[in-house]
Amino acid sequence: MARNHVTTTVNGDEYEFLCDAEQTLLDCLRDELFLTGTKEGCASGDCGACNVMLDGRLVCSCLVLGVEADGKSMETIEGMAHGEELHPLQKKFLELNGLQCGICTPGILIAAKALLDRNPDPTETEIRYWLAGNLCRCTGYDKVVRSVQAAAEEIRKD
Amino acid sequence: MSDLRYEAPGTLDAAVAMLADEKGDARVMAGGTDVLVQIHENMIEPNLVIDIKNIPELTGISEENGGWRVGAATIGMEIVEHEGFSAAWPGIVDSVKLIGSIQVKGRASIGGNLCNASPGADSVPAIIAAGATATIFGPDGERQVPVEDIAIAPGKTSLAKGEIVVSFFFPERPPHSGGAYLRFTPRTEMDIAVVGVGIDLTLDDGSICQAARVSLGAVAARALLVDEAAAALIGTSVDADALSVLAAAASAACKPIDDKRGTKDFRIKVAGVLARRTALIALERAKQS
Amino acid sequence: MAIDDTKEAIQDDEDHGPQKDASTRIDYSEDSDLAFDPERKLKVVGTNPIKPDGVDKVTGRAKFGADTHLPGTLVGKVLRSPHAHAIIKSIDTSEAEKVPGVKAVVTRDDFPDIAPGPMKDISVICMAREKVFYDGHQVAAVAATSERIAKKALQLIKVEYEVLPHVIDVMDAVKPDAPILHENLRTKGIEDAPDTPTNIIQRAEWAMGDVEKGFADADLIVEREFDTKPMHQGYIEPQGCVANCTEDGQIELWCCTQAHFVYRSRLAAILEMDISKIRVTVSELGGGFGGKTMFYCEPLAIVMSRKANRPVKMVMTRSEVFRATGPVAGTYSRVKIGVKKDGKFTAAECEAYFQTGPFTGSAFANAPQAIFTRYDLENVRAWGFEVASNRPKVNAFRAPCVPQIVFGVEGVVDEIARKLKIDPIDLRLKNAAVEGYKTIYGDTFGPVGFVETLEAAKAHPHYKSKVGPNQGRGIGCGFWFNRGGETTASLNITPDGSVNLMLGNPDVAGSRGSISMMAAEELGISVDKVRPIIGDTSSLGYNHSTVGSRVTFSAGMAIVQSARAAIRVLCQRAAIMWDVPEDNVVFEDGYVRPASANVGDFEPLSIADIAKKAGETGGAIAGHAEINAKGAGPGFGVHIADVGVDKETGLVNILRYTVVEDAGKAIHPLQVEGQFQGGAVQGIGWALNEEYIYNTDGRMENPGFLDYRVPVCSDVPMIDTVIIEVPNPRHPYGLRGVGEVPVVPTLATVANAVGDAIGTRPRSLPMSPPKILKLIEQVEETGADEAYA
Repeated sequence: MARNHVTTTVNGDEYEFLCDAEQTLLDCLRDELFLTGTKEGCASGDCGACNVMLDGRLVCSCLVLGVEADGKSMETIEGMAHGEELHPLQKKFLELNGLQCGICTPGILIAAKALLDRNPDPTETEIRYWLAGNLCRCTGYDKVVRSVQAAAEEIRKD
Repeated sequence: MSDLRYEAPGTLDAAVAMLADEKGDARVMAGGTDVLVQIHENMIEPNLVIDIKNIPELTGISEENGGWRVGAATIGMEIVEHEGFSAAWPGIVDSVKLIGSIQVKGRASIGGNLCNASPGADSVPAIIAAGATATIFGPDGERQVPVEDIAIAPGKTSLAKGEIVVSFFFPERPPHSGGAYLRFTPRTEMDIAVVGVGIDLTLDDGSICQAARVSLGAVAARALLVDEAAAALIGTSVDADALSVLAAAASAACKPIDDKRGTKDFRIKVAGVLARRTALIALERAKQS
Repeated sequence: MAIDDTKEAIQDDEDHGPQKDASTRIDYSEDSDLAFDPERKLKVVGTNPIKPDGVDKVTGRAKFGADTHLPGTLVGKVLRSPHAHAIIKSIDTSEAEKVPGVKAVVTRDDFPDIAPGPMKDISVICMAREKVFYDGHQVAAVAATSERIAKKALQLIKVEYEVLPHVIDVMDAVKPDAPILHENLRTKGIEDAPDTPTNIIQRAEWAMGDVEKGFADADLIVEREFDTKPMHQGYIEPQGCVANCTEDGQIELWCCTQAHFVYRSRLAAILEMDISKIRVTVSELGGGFGGKTMFYCEPLAIVMSRKANRPVKMVMTRSEVFRATGPVAGTYSRVKIGVKKDGKFTAAECEAYFQTGPFTGSAFANAPQAIFTRYDLENVRAWGFEVASNRPKVNAFRAPCVPQIVFGVEGVVDEIARKLKIDPIDLRLKNAAVEGYKTIYGDTFGPVGFVETLEAAKAHPHYKSKVGPNQGRGIGCGFWFNRGGETTASLNITPDGSVNLMLGNPDVAGSRGSISMMAAEELGISVDKVRPIIGDTSSLGYNHSTVGSRVTFSAGMAIVQSARAAIRVLCQRAAIMWDVPEDNVVFEDGYVRPASANVGDFEPLSIADIAKKAGETGGAIAGHAEINAKGAGPGFGVHIADVGVDKETGLVNILRYTVVEDAGKAIHPLQVEGQFQGGAVQGIGWALNEEYIYNTDGRMENPGFLDYRVPVCSDVPMIDTVIIEVPNPRHPYGLRGVGEVPVVPTLATVANAVGDAIGTRPRSLPMSPPKILKLIEQVEETGADEAYA
């Protein structure tokens, strides 16, 4: 059976790929486009490791079909830095040890950026509830939250 | 096992025709947060997925005749972010906020939440308590159904073959009305409700409750509309005595099971506790409105 | 000390627990030049530079187990048993093999029959033979050109099972009428063990002093029973690998693992091939916590790659990870402690049962040796039973088999404090072991920090604050041996004087960064001149796994030795460049200088200066070390938890949590804090909500993150940390491992806090709301427990 042809924009660049109907956007990013920064932790929308921005919405790419990306635009972790310039979130996570093994980090950074883009001064509670869909097993979340707070402060200064 | 196909029709007629024409198993998909998980876990093996998000009637939030019309496939985050709807129906927005994570709400819809027919679905008790009506379109045309009549058992709805839930209508609210939804989960987020309670009530010009609807989720094969629980509030000032009667009625109405999320006994007890707490929030909102 | 001789065998098989005495060829004594020097001024160690793997991890570049891709790679999928216990009567793969796109199919017929023993057990875990032992046990596998085709082919494999009765719970498995997993299993470690089939694999006991006398001398004895449900490490990254076999029988394997050298040895054993023909490259590891010390799909991928002559990639799904990797043992224990009325412990005893899955290797022997070790006890007797049941074979978790028993021990200690009306920290201070204490496993403590951690906890503002209504406070403490072990490393100075490290230990949380800091400190250079690599198995000699909180200690030790060897070479080369005798030069702060003015008027040479001339002076400059590191110092932790309890629903909220732990020396303090916080939150999840839920068919009902409830961000507050530094004198930087201690006290600490809040101390994990609500109702009916009123 013929595969589906999808044209989509990722981090500002146009891509085309072929996929089976049952392949999720996550599968397609990783296996068809070889953008492996987005991770699979559960394939059921419970862990957030697969987060991307799709037409401006924070989503789990494991809960979107690859075919649904046709004509749409998305942002993945690969697009977060600009050249050598890291996003303040990326910088603060590094400075404050907001990551240990790093498997959840791409998803958390995408989710945190979505938060700060709409709420530049979130409280600790708002950060924790926004990130409830991003599981981390290494950090206990303390330094994740502190990194987001520090990044928010840095962004507000600019 | 034949290969899965995907279609994204642009009109209701096309969607209904596809459903009718499909010889195999066709599934309607809105946000996909239930359907895709079920496909991945081999709980369902559809031949065709019909994506209804491109059909104009299925998305959007608008005022209508003093009430609100919400497309069945409208994503949860849009409902949460809609100031007008949130002001009119804070209880429903409470419940939508509890559907999964921010990411899940970036795709999930109340139409999907209802039609997936999980007994623990969060928005269902809230929309039942609100007295919402579902507009359904199918091979025989359009009909309106109270939302409490849609889910009939876990995974089963009363929809006929080829029918799609198009939108929900939330009626105009009398003054001094308020609603709330609470659920019990072991974690603060990300869990399926062990018990869910949606209550909507209207006070008269004094402070006596003149109308109420109480709906319980996760304590039976489908969300319940509990008349006895509503009766406990009507004609009262929702005082401590009335709340006790409410709690008892809520507990009595439960027909729960033991499952991986909770035991029978626990659900029965907590249904009463939550009913009391939910009623107090609804009362507070009614007084302020 | 050790009661019976099976203990030697246990410690040989297991990667954890106290380290057996090994070669003393390298002098790690407190007099050697590897000893800690308290006078030394440090420039790099103790700071918080950005870790070398950090940028790759925040940009998505870092390659984890599922991120490797080679051209022509096939997708491998596993057929798993749907039964908890069954005989495999036949397997027919003929229809699957015919599917276009299927390039290889494997079953038990494709794996060598090796002699009974631990390697045979591992082989059976990877591919069932006569029986399947748990829901999810691997039965066959397919490699195909797409996932869609592989899944189709799996559905066409016909397996005929004869379903047998199954048993899951550890105490059900020891009942006389329990279904038996292995007809010919007889219990080891028991004198005159009955010659009847059993699920009790072995018994092991440690004892010292005279517990009977100790209990007779006690003014108060508290004895309680506890049980804990099985759980899972919950790493976010499912196992993923790519295997590539060449036509001449060489194997390349890329996988995420804590133990690539161990994998290589075990793969060679179960596939009956030379170790040197297998090259394992470790990817970044998305969490392991002990769970990624054992492989599952890797041998299947290898054999299928061999058959298909193409690389094969196998990535587990989340459901497969829960059902069929190596989770954590459920337990039952009975703890008894005797005490004088002034609070001095007189005797302690524990009997515990551990659920291991179908085979031995649970590390249960850690428990008797660790659970009381921190208290100044002379009379101790602790024994454990390793029990087979129809669950996957357990793997390590942080401090394997210990937190779930300390859950009981620290509960009994808490009850004693209450009954004697002694402050819980004071009670522990009164009984705290100090330097010179001879442990039950034979070592004598050097300088240790238990007293210091207790005093710091007592002085902490958290401990001084008050709790409110419906809230409770709990204290708990714990110990872990920490390990050294076999470690190799090399340090290469490049032609411009910057430095490459070749390390052999997968980095779970920042060890490569800390080790780079130690290299920079030794060489007197900036840490950003040091670039570490985790090498594959062909690049270094054997390394033991990343376990036992051993890596920063052991690989740090190896790199220090490598650096000092390189420094000796640098000195030799400088002497050549200056044409002076070798002992006329010294190395200080990154420069080689003349030892005195008499040597001559030479400008100091930097490492870069010397490296530039390396070719002329004798060749590349490097140092390397192959050691069996000893002298790892034990760690101690004290935790304080405040909880709030909703008395109408049994819901427990963590309001405040503080971890105090002795790190010896925090090489990278932010990373050490991170270890404390992560361990605490793992323990909180384990204490409150995490458990395997089985149905009556023996299948796990919650194999996903929806219903296997690890803590989410909104479930926990900030976790306060206090790093105590009582240096370990047997490491150049004084450090102790910190990875495992943070989990040890958490279960007990949270349970003690809940007990304080509700008037009775929970004795069953997890403390899920229905169970807590029942306890609350019990207290309402019959009153609070005497000690908790």
